[in-house]
Amino acid sequence: MTSAGIWRAMMGFYIVLFFGFLFGPLIVMALSAFNTPQYPQAYPIEGLTLQWFGMLFADRGLMEGLWNSIIIGIMVVALSVPLGLAGALVMTQVYSRARSLYYLVVVSPVLTPGVILGISTVIFWADVAEWTGSDKVYNGMFLSTLGQSTYISAYCMLIFMSRLQRYDRVQEEAALDLGASPTQVFFHILIPYLMPAIISAAVIAFLSSIENYNTTTFAILADKTLTTVLAGRVRQGTTPAISALAVVIIAVSIVGAVLFEIVRRAEANRDKRRSDAAAEAERLEAIISPVTSTGRA
Amino acid sequence: MNPLSAILIFGLPVVTIVTFWAMATYERRHATGPKPQTFIERNGWPVSTYLILGVGIWMLVLIVLPQLYMVDYSFHPKLRPADRGGPKDFYTLENYRYFVYGSTSSTDNWNVTHLNAFWLTIVMSIFITVLNFAVCYPMAYFLAQVASPAQVRTYMLLLIIPYWVNEILRAFAFGILFGTGGLINTILLKIGFLSVPIDFIGRDIALFAGLTYAYLLLMMFPLYNAIEALDHNQIEAARDLGAPWWHIHLNVVMPFAKPGIASGCTLVFMLSAGALAAPLVLGGPKSLWFTPIVYDRFYQAFNWNQGSAYALILLLTCIAFVLLVMRVFKVSFSEIAR
Repeated sequence: MTSAGIWRAMMGFYIVLFFGFLFGPLIVMALSAFNTPQYPQAYPIEGLTLQWFGMLFADRGLMEGLWNSIIIGIMVVALSVPLGLAGALVMTQVYSRARSLYYLVVVSPVLTPGVILGISTVIFWADVAEWTGSDKVYNGMFLSTLGQSTYISAYCMLIFMSRLQRYDRVQEEAALDLGASPTQVFFHILIPYLMPAIISAAVIAFLSSIENYNTTTFAILADKTLTTVLAGRVRQGTTPAISALAVVIIAVSIVGAVLFEIVRRAEANRDKRRSDAAAEAERLEAIISPVTSTGRA
Repeated sequence: MNPLSAILIFGLPVVTIVTFWAMATYERRHATGPKPQTFIERNGWPVSTYLILGVGIWMLVLIVLPQLYMVDYSFHPKLRPADRGGPKDFYTLENYRYFVYGSTSSTDNWNVTHLNAFWLTIVMSIFITVLNFAVCYPMAYFLAQVASPAQVRTYMLLLIIPYWVNEILRAFAFGILFGTGGLINTILLKIGFLSVPIDFIGRDIALFAGLTYAYLLLMMFPLYNAIEALDHNQIEAARDLGAPWWHIHLNVVMPFAKPGIASGCTLVFMLSAGALAAPLVLGGPKSLWFTPIVYDRFYQAFNWNQGSAYALILLLTCIAFVLLVMRVFKVSFSEIAR
């Protein structure tokens, strides 16, 4: 065997190990969702069953938590996307000496442990509720939305910043020269340009919100979300119904990933066809133009 | 609340903003050449209002004020609401004293349980970070420099799927693998390698394996992005000049990928040290991770002031780690947080 062959074999072995480590636990968990024993067991398979899925959907607490998670997720999207966009736009215009401090402050939540964001949110708003004498702000759903938005807005901002890097301000200047107001420029040029980033920020914000446990478990107070109920269930004792939930999540993410890939390929194909068509047009023009120019002459 | 605290918490951000605003105005007045547009001229009234309100709410109401509040909280004793702002509401270090000595007044004994948990958390988080780097680096390099575009797309899809599986479920999967009646013990017993099952959970093996698994992909993506930007010709050039493979990685690829390495390491350390789900699910009866202790200060001991002090200790540890990484890798903060 040549040395290159040995390298390839070693690399292949490593890749198999890596993906084995990555998927092994998930596959074991998925198997236990279809196996009959009360305690989640992947091997030996004692009998196939779907009863754990039935148990999962009959679990009132979990379904209520899921519903709350979805509501919080929507509120987080509604809050973080505009905040992240404002953050990114201000980043391009902020006073140069203040820029690094500004960046430090708005990005710090990404590098702060989630429990701390939850704790500080709860402490702050407990006091706000006390001053204002109104218990309305001291509400688990509201606090979870705020706590999660603290760092999810930063994710959104980073997405907007990378799209803004490729933004050509010439378009803006052209619009201004043609008499557009800055407000019109914002709505008719900047926002359409940022649309793909807005969509991906919204998707990331929603998924991150549903996923979050560390911040939510503090901020949710007496309410419950999918993750807090799930953590409670897992601690109480393990049942294969939780494996069934994992199977549902994995299935959804596989479908999502495949759909995403299909959309991306379709887009790549369309772009390729467009550029092919453009090249073809150019080629034809190169052939035709001497004719047309002589014709005009 | 205490008037001094109020001045500090609300005054500090206001003074900072006013100082920068005054400096910016001064520089604009004394600028040579054509006057630059002001913020409002450039954006128009409606958009300016949105930007200022948006950034104001996010920065002050969501980030700065709650954090300063938590800091202030940690320096006060636990009080009934009626006593707050009264004579009993003084500044104190008792919450920190409790962390070190296990008592708010005496300094005779060490608070062994909490200190041990704290050290264990830090040491293990660093170990997990290094391990994650070692596991991910070859894969990131392979995807970024060796693999064909089609391979990259397939592998990336495969990487993204486990990424969206919840942290709690990942921990749960490790519970199934490592439990006394779990898969690993069942198999080891069946092939006759063991006669009694190993208590992986009691020995924290399950916890460490679960934590290593949980944040693997947060190391992978920054590493991949950094190595991907390296021009393959540089590697070819090094190879043509006779550099052995480990020289290429140590002296060409890694220095180039430093920002990605730094950001992956920071994220993994922060997430492991702040992990709550995995220790709750996989922690044995004796094992103590620091975050669940912080949680218990709040919702078992109902001592929010002490909880804040513990949270601040965790936060300072993470800040120290970020500073250390910036020093070691000689990268700036903006390169880490991307």
